[in-house]
Amino acid sequence: MSQATNRRLPIWALRLNGSAVLLFLYAPIILLLVFSFSASRIPGQWGGFTTEWYATLFDDSRLQRTISVSVRVALISTVIATVLGTMSALALERFKFRGRRVFDALLYLPIIIPDVTMAVMMLMFFSQSFNLVEAVFGIAITKGFATIVISHVAFNIAFVSVVVRARIAGMDATLEQAASDLYATRWQAFRFVTLPLIAPGVLGGALLAVTLSLDDVVVTQFVAGPGSTTLPVYVFSLIRKGVTPTINAVSVIMLVASLILVAGSVGLQRANASRGRQQLQTTGGTS
Amino acid sequence: MVEGRCSGGGKAVSVGIAEAKRDRSERRRGLLLALPSFAYMILFFAVPLIIVLVYSFATRTSTGSTSLSDWNLDAYRKLGEPIVRNVVLRSVVLALVTTAICLLVAYPFAWFCAHQRPVVRNMMLVAVMIPFWTNFLVRNYAWRLLLSSGGPISSFTEAIGLGETNILFTKTAVVIGLVYAYLPFMILPLFASIDRLDRRLVEAGRDLYGSGSQTFRRIVLPLTMPGVIAGSILVFVPSMGAYVTPELLGGGKETLLGSYIVTQFLTARNWPVGASLSFVLMAVMLVSTIIYFRSGGKNL
Amino acid sequence: MNAPNGSEEKVTVAVSLRGISKLFDDVTAVDSVDLDIDDGEFFALLGPSGCGKTTTLRMIAGLEIPSSGSLQIFGDEVGSLPPNKRPVNTVFQNYALFPHMSVADNVAFGLRMRKVEKSEIADRVAQAISLVRMSGMENRRPSQLSGGQQQRVALARALVNRPKVLLLDEPLAALDLKLRQEMQFELKQLQREVGITFVFVTHDQEEALALSDRIGVMNDGRLLQVGSPEEMYDAPADRFVADFIGRSNFLKGTLESSEVVCLANGQRISVPAVDVGSVGDDVQVSLRPERVMICDAGTAPEGMARLSGTVETETFLGNSVIYRVALDWMTVEVETDHRPDVERHHAGEHVDLWWRDDAVAVVRP
Repeated sequence: MSQATNRRLPIWALRLNGSAVLLFLYAPIILLLVFSFSASRIPGQWGGFTTEWYATLFDDSRLQRTISVSVRVALISTVIATVLGTMSALALERFKFRGRRVFDALLYLPIIIPDVTMAVMMLMFFSQSFNLVEAVFGIAITKGFATIVISHVAFNIAFVSVVVRARIAGMDATLEQAASDLYATRWQAFRFVTLPLIAPGVLGGALLAVTLSLDDVVVTQFVAGPGSTTLPVYVFSLIRKGVTPTINAVSVIMLVASLILVAGSVGLQRANASRGRQQLQTTGGTS
Repeated sequence: MVEGRCSGGGKAVSVGIAEAKRDRSERRRGLLLALPSFAYMILFFAVPLIIVLVYSFATRTSTGSTSLSDWNLDAYRKLGEPIVRNVVLRSVVLALVTTAICLLVAYPFAWFCAHQRPVVRNMMLVAVMIPFWTNFLVRNYAWRLLLSSGGPISSFTEAIGLGETNILFTKTAVVIGLVYAYLPFMILPLFASIDRLDRRLVEAGRDLYGSGSQTFRRIVLPLTMPGVIAGSILVFVPSMGAYVTPELLGGGKETLLGSYIVTQFLTARNWPVGASLSFVLMAVMLVSTIIYFRSGGKNL
Repeated sequence: MNAPNGSEEKVTVAVSLRGISKLFDDVTAVDSVDLDIDDGEFFALLGPSGCGKTTTLRMIAGLEIPSSGSLQIFGDEVGSLPPNKRPVNTVFQNYALFPHMSVADNVAFGLRMRKVEKSEIADRVAQAISLVRMSGMENRRPSQLSGGQQQRVALARALVNRPKVLLLDEPLAALDLKLRQEMQFELKQLQREVGITFVFVTHDQEEALALSDRIGVMNDGRLLQVGSPEEMYDAPADRFVADFIGRSNFLKGTLESSEVVCLANGQRISVPAVDVGSVGDDVQVSLRPERVMICDAGTAPEGMARLSGTVETETFLGNSVIYRVALDWMTVEVETDHRPDVERHHAGEHVDLWWRDDAVAVVRP
């Protein structure tokens, strides 16, 4: 067999594999989209075009409440996690202090921890704390909105921190020295030099936090209270009872929402990359 | 830029006060900056983790609540029982199968990607990542939809005469779901590793060995091993602890680790066992992560 | 450490270091440096990488705090002040231009931080930019500039603040040869125009010789010698200095008196009177290749110090010829101009090497 054939053989196979993978990845999403418009009562079958399932969503107040909870939890937990995560990133990348190593290691744990374990530990923590508070102060607290936010922040700080740290590490450290040399105070150097340059990273981290918060099922399920479920947890319980066309519609909406977030994130990464290129060119050309 | 190390003169020079003061104020600043999140993480992460560890040594009372006074290793002993062993074994096997499939599918894909022009390559990688970024629950649900009897796949096989297929609620369905969820985790590290491969080495191998398969076995595979290991860990570990996917696609007939842990809390009310299992799962993750970093995964 | 200049006018000291040391963990990066840099001079800190010159510069800038010693700028003790409180500005090796700001904003940065009047800022920025001949580029981003242009912006950004001292950390290192030579010339012009003290760190001895009024050579954290380029070249006090600046042969010997050295082969030679040690100390005689004369054996002029040897190699370099001459006890390198009309010496020939007594320098080994 000639060299040429030997080489050509893999290429069409590779192309086939490539297309198959992409098809595999996108087909379910596309099919879901298609079937959400299907008029058939059986969710997986086509029965003519309709938007009635989307219409019913507008009347579903329970659904709307969970959406509201999801969005509020995501926004609040993201703001807190982004601020705390950025502060952590700055502290770890720019300062030496006692306990730094412990802090660094601690911030890796949420990323690798299985969500089941995280769900379990938050549940235990809250039940213990509530017992304690009741025993000491006589006040009874229950799980609810606050516990969800607290748990989401707990894992999101780590993710924001990782993203921002990467951004800080990729930044030229001498810029802050130059700012100081040019009479800037620490705060001025941060505000006019550091912050603008890490801003894409901070936003990227925030987007990641929003996505993770909106996505979360297990942890939220364990720490949510009776009156406050998030959308994914609600949908999860619905699905387990059985697949219905309305769930199709809800899913598509969730899909579109996350796609918008993805688009935003990809756009930011482009901004990141082009800034990074600018920086590379700026630092003297040669190392 | 600080000058590198010089051979020290060995003179005993006392450390200046000003220098020490500046060092101290820097450290204080750093600590203050880190303190809010540090405190948060201790209170709302480290403490819960410790509580889990503590609970794993507690006892389950007959009413299903937890007694914290009798410390014992019962919960860990329970892990050795056949029920638990089966659950863990099943989960491990499933995770291994998922990892293997991901590897087999992802490697050619990553290879193909790495050999394209940068524009095409980036587009393909972004294309791989986009589904990953969409809502996790929805992605699992989509498969639930597809695989249900009466669903599109079933209709398709009916149409071509293969009869009804009902893959849902089987282990196959779970594997499909897991592969779907974690394939990008295998593709990206593999891509990074293959991208770093020096093409000239592959050429030299072709010259030397003449056949593609030998070149692959002896040169390409060993050199891309960091990517293989990294990807495998990134797929195996979450697959082992998966909860949502097995619940939605597996139907709970044969319990996997994630579901088993959850039931300890919600139905069986055996918190100590749930705690010990969670902790063990986390230990496995930790060990895998260390292996990941040691094998150079971070430098991919 | 200053060579007495004997002039009548009083020279103001811009930067004064006394006993400045810097330790990092156990490593002594800078070891007890005493130095006075005069107002208005172009001073070069020269040395190989790792010798402490950049650390010293950073201590003047305030980016490092000395472990011990006193640092004064125009008489004010500044050793413990942060950089933003010192009247000095730095041009960094990688220029450190703010990538997210235009050229004009970069240059204006220091003025803005000090809350100078907006109109004044505009004027001074325009002045500084035209001083470095970058007018018209105000709105460009650093990434759109070439290396040489970025360097000029970095200069403008520093000079616009009218610092009392300008510090430059190997600013030309990243440029290619031709550009570097152009920029060297420009820098010298600039310093003359602006008239402030420039402290310039480099590892390139030719650059230091070409640009500076005075040079300070450092090695291993210590300041070995300070002097004008001529002094450093003709009268090095330390073997390292003689070797680092230009090239040199080193003949080992001992000091017999302040004007006589007994070489290792027993020969006595006269040397310029210097104070590098006491009688009996080991010293080395630094003899630069271009100061050694070579001639056929036996034809060396009377009264000159002379060595005899055999030519080992002869290398033609275009405008010069390098000979390596083997003596019993060492090899000496000789450099002569290439003269087409004069017969060159070839390998194997017996030759005499001679020199004028003042052509050597005695250095510490």
